[in-house]
Amino acid sequence: MTLNWKIGGVALGLVFFLAVLLVKPIGVSTQFVILDGIIADVVNPELVTKTDDGYTSTNAYLAKSGGKYAKSVANLLNYSFIFVIAMMVGAFLSAMMRGGNGADENKLPAIHYANFGDTPIKRYAIAFVGGFIVLYGARLAGGCTSGHMMSGMMQTALSGYIFAAGAFAAAVPVAMMMYKKG
Amino acid sequence: MQIVLALIIGALFGFVLDRIGATNPTVLIRMLSLRSLGLMKAILLAIGVGSILMFGGQMAGLVDVGHMSVKTAYVGVFIGGLLLGAGWALSGFCPGTGVCAAATGRKDALFFILGGLLGAAAYMITYPSVKATGILDAIAGGKVTLGTVPGAKYDGLMAMPGDVLGIVLGLIFVAVAFAVPEAPGGDAVPAPAE
Repeated sequence: MTLNWKIGGVALGLVFFLAVLLVKPIGVSTQFVILDGIIADVVNPELVTKTDDGYTSTNAYLAKSGGKYAKSVANLLNYSFIFVIAMMVGAFLSAMMRGGNGADENKLPAIHYANFGDTPIKRYAIAFVGGFIVLYGARLAGGCTSGHMMSGMMQTALSGYIFAAGAFAAAVPVAMMMYKKG
Repeated sequence: MQIVLALIIGALFGFVLDRIGATNPTVLIRMLSLRSLGLMKAILLAIGVGSILMFGGQMAGLVDVGHMSVKTAYVGVFIGGLLLGAGWALSGFCPGTGVCAAATGRKDALFFILGGLLGAAAYMITYPSVKATGILDAIAGGKVTLGTVPGAKYDGLMAMPGDVLGIVLGLIFVAVAFAVPEAPGGDAVPAPAE
């Protein structure tokens, strides 16, 4: 029950517009850092500390830009973190309303099956390695598909165009070489 | 109030991502290997619609220019983009669609998130040495838009009015969305209907 691209595209555009109208442009990948910070701060409470005028961290990345990431780690109920949790709720509701993905799809996606057969462990390894590279890259770039590509290009940000050029320059050949079938 | 908005807009975003097929790695990979471009058309249209509404709203005085948030341009943006693109094509997930896919019940998306948390942690640890290479230093003015947006705190790469340029580029995105063929290779197999 995939939406027609015209309806889907307009709906997606309206969501991005609504975000910038009411609050700020959409972004996701920073929240992986925030969740890492929350976990690490439980293990080592010295990681994020309060200062006279905000928060700081022993980790240089969390402490950068006046400790804005450190502040989010210390205050979990912030807009951007709740936003990502809400995204999961929205996707869950949509999936339930269309009857779910089915057990086979949930085990491994059709394109993996078409290329590599019934090899779920291989799929999970690929997804894990992919996730590692995606988030390392997103943090190096300072944003991901949502923040840089969609929100960035929508605002005519130069950085958004640079990011999209890099992302597609790598993604297209990798997808073509990895997945010849399906 | 901010939290309520996060709940509403976030839920809408997740819902729409699932409805356009973006939580399905098969749809993503078929798009990235240029076999089935329906999702690409939707993304291009969304950027165009968002741009036209935002800049049009600014010109009409209905949208606060101060809500814009432009990221810095630096060499690492391109390198990071290359890495993200490679991982995106490998897994069929990007950060937003990965968390949404996990919420729809996809097991592989949980491994993507786990890998993502480790990748983000690896960046947090290596950040000082990455910074020392200079690839995070701003280029071309850093936080710049292509035109100069009236009232915005960002410089323009070009002197032309950024809001007008934003609407023109938005219209181009819409036109390209319509022009891109749904199945470039004449591939008759439609993307899985989910």
